[in-house]
Amino acid sequence: MHELDDDLSPWVPRLRRYARALAGNRDDADDLVQDTLERAWARAGLWRNVADMRAWLFGIMHNLHVDALRRGRLSVVALDDDTPDAVAPPPQAARAAVLDLQAALERLASEQREVLLLVALEDMAYADVARTLGIPLGTVMSRLSRGRERLRLLLDGAPSVPGGDAVRLKVVK
Amino acid sequence: MSSAAPPPPPSGVPVTEAELHAYADRQLTPERAAEVAAWLAHRPDEAARVRAWEAHKRELHALYDPVLDEAVPPALRRRARRPASWSGRPALAAAAALLLVLAAGGGGWTLRGMHDAPLLADAQRANDFPARAAIAHAVYAPEVKRPVEVDGAHEDQLVTWLSKRMGAPMQAPHLQSLGYALEGGRLLPGERGPVAQFMYRDEAGHRLTLYVSNEKAGTPRTTADGLATADLRGGGRQADTAFRFASEGAVNVFWWVDGPFRYAITAPADRAALTQVSAEVYRQLAAAPP
Repeated sequence: MHELDDDLSPWVPRLRRYARALAGNRDDADDLVQDTLERAWARAGLWRNVADMRAWLFGIMHNLHVDALRRGRLSVVALDDDTPDAVAPPPQAARAAVLDLQAALERLASEQREVLLLVALEDMAYADVARTLGIPLGTVMSRLSRGRERLRLLLDGAPSVPGGDAVRLKVVK
Repeated sequence: MSSAAPPPPPSGVPVTEAELHAYADRQLTPERAAEVAAWLAHRPDEAARVRAWEAHKRELHALYDPVLDEAVPPALRRRARRPASWSGRPALAAAAALLLVLAAGGGGWTLRGMHDAPLLADAQRANDFPARAAIAHAVYAPEVKRPVEVDGAHEDQLVTWLSKRMGAPMQAPHLQSLGYALEGGRLLPGERGPVAQFMYRDEAGHRLTLYVSNEKAGTPRTTADGLATADLRGGGRQADTAFRFASEGAVNVFWWVDGPFRYAITAPADRAALTQVSAEVYRQLAAAPP
């Protein structure tokens, strides 16, 4: 049983963070969170069988996201309109870099982006990622590997320059 | 692992690509992490890749962690809580479903508006009231044979019975002047106790219902035979009674709060007609001695 029997609020910030990174803009992301909560409540009868609430909730979001992509519902929004409303906006230089990161993220295949974000943002164990997405562990690792290499190419522009503080190349859309 | 520095690359422990990721993600055991670190110390290209992954991870947090501190929009806050108003109450949910079916032909009363009602619990409850009135209307107004439990020909009995069950003097307003004849009334379960429904009918056969709840009956001292004996003296008539109008499709609701009582008038009539009826009902209730 879960102590959150009447309230999923504690999960909302993390679901929103992941959804924002996944969907790329606030409106689609919050729609995704809303749909996730509604489906979770609709299936609240199953909770007692849920061992890992996080994997279950993020799994619901994954399924809804995939459905939305299939239906082509998620809109593509210009990056300039897309900047998250950060409480404390990063300084200008850092902002330019992270916007490039967001643009690069959107260029990843959706499956790779999901794995990368669950690992990077949620710090999920690989086995939990596999459970959340309903894929084998080996698939998690290959998607993570390909996603990270692609991101590195997009951000660093070269296959083997040191990462971290390297000057970002402008991503050309 | 020996702490002698710099350690030589361990032999016989091949490091896989998966382990490099697990190293970057801190998902290796400390022992294995130390071995991988030693292995990377002699492979600058691999080490650069790992550093890049770690850097991207930090940047992703920098980009998206602020979302954690954003104020959660009210619509999401509401949906994070177990839904109470509809799906949590099977009978009401069934009635709501029935209402949707009934209203489908008439342009669709939807319950979405109720979900998007103000956040505060009291406001939510207040907005549930016209919804319940509308449901009760939709359930009973189409009845041909049994629209009421006690018919209008026995108005005295109706009023006596409802007054007893409601724990307060009830009266059936007379609306003939507006073209509505009293058909009768019935007792219904409300959110906090019994609710009275009076039904009227115009010459064309359109039904209008007056739905009355007694909020003081919600925390009643119950007598041995189960009757609520709420004290109504404290709830004086409010000078600033606010009339509210809820409109969705074919069914319109005009409702207001007066002391411990809530009233809703529901009919497939337009706002002007409902306003007229509401004003008349309010006038008659005000004229009557409490």
